[in-house]
Amino acid sequence: MTVLLVALGAAVGAPLRYLVDRAVQARLGAALPWGTLTVNIVGSLVLGALVGGAVPGSLLALLGTGLCGALTTYSTFGYETVRLFEEGAHHRALIYAGLSVGAAIGAAVVGVTVAEALWS
Amino acid sequence: MRPDQSPTDPDVDLGVARQRAELRGGTASLLAAIAVGGAVGAVVRHGLAVVFPHPPSGFPWATFAVNVSGCLLIGVLMVLITEVWAAPRLVRPFLGVGVLGGYTTFSTYAVEVQQAVAAGAARTGLLYLAGTLVAALLAVSLGMTLARRATGVRRHRSAG
Repeated sequence: MTVLLVALGAAVGAPLRYLVDRAVQARLGAALPWGTLTVNIVGSLVLGALVGGAVPGSLLALLGTGLCGALTTYSTFGYETVRLFEEGAHHRALIYAGLSVGAAIGAAVVGVTVAEALWS
Repeated sequence: MRPDQSPTDPDVDLGVARQRAELRGGTASLLAAIAVGGAVGAVVRHGLAVVFPHPPSGFPWATFAVNVSGCLLIGVLMVLITEVWAAPRLVRPFLGVGVLGGYTTFSTYAVEVQQAVAAGAARTGLLYLAGTLVAALLAVSLGMTLARRATGVRRHRSAG
C-alpha cells in the first residue's frame, strides 16, 4: 500500500518538475538552472513542513517520499553543476551548487520550524 | 539561447531546439513517460530507505547511495544520448527526467541534514551535507568520463 502511494505521488511529482522547469526557464533564462533550483527549494520546504507537522505515515509516503522526492532531484542538479564547470563557467557552477544546497536546507529548516510551531 | 546544443539542464533545456519543441510531439505521451519513470525511480528509492533505515542522528546511507549512484547514471546516460546516439524522443524523458529524477531526491537530503542537526548530531549532518555534494559531483564526472572512454567520444559534440 505504501509503495503504491509513493508511486502515485512520484507520478505527479516528476512531470510537475518538468513543467515547472520549462516555465521557469522560459521566464528567467539559462544563466543558472533556475527551474531545477526552484523545484529543489519548494520540494524541500514542503517536505520539511510534512515532517515538522508529523503527518500520518500514508500522507508522508504520498506527498513526501513520492511527490516531493520526485519533484526534487539530485541527478539533474549534479549534472547541471558539472556541465557548467565543463563549459568554463566555474564561478556559476560554484554559485549554483552553493545556492542549491544552502537554499534547500534553509527551506527545509523553515518548513520544519513553521510546521512544528503551528501543530504543537 | 546558446550556440552549443548540448544541454545543461538534463530535465529540459530550452536552449536545445529539439527539447524546446518536444511538447508539440504529444504532451500526453511525454508526461506519461516521465510519470511512469518517476514512479519506478521513487519506488526503488523508497525500497532502499526501508531496507537500510538510519536513526535521526545517524548517517543517511540509503539516500547518500541513491543520490550518488543516480548522479553516476545521469552522467553515463547524458553522454550516451547527447554525444553518442540520437536517442528516440521519449528516452531522455523516461530515463533521465523520470527514472533518475524520481530515484534521486534533494528534499530528503535537505530534511535529513536538518534532522541530524536537530538530533544533536551536527557533525554527522555537516559530513552528510558536504559528503553527498562532493561524491555526487565526482560521480557525474566519473559517469561522463567512463561513457566517453567506452564509446571513444573525446569531448562533448553537439547533437541536441
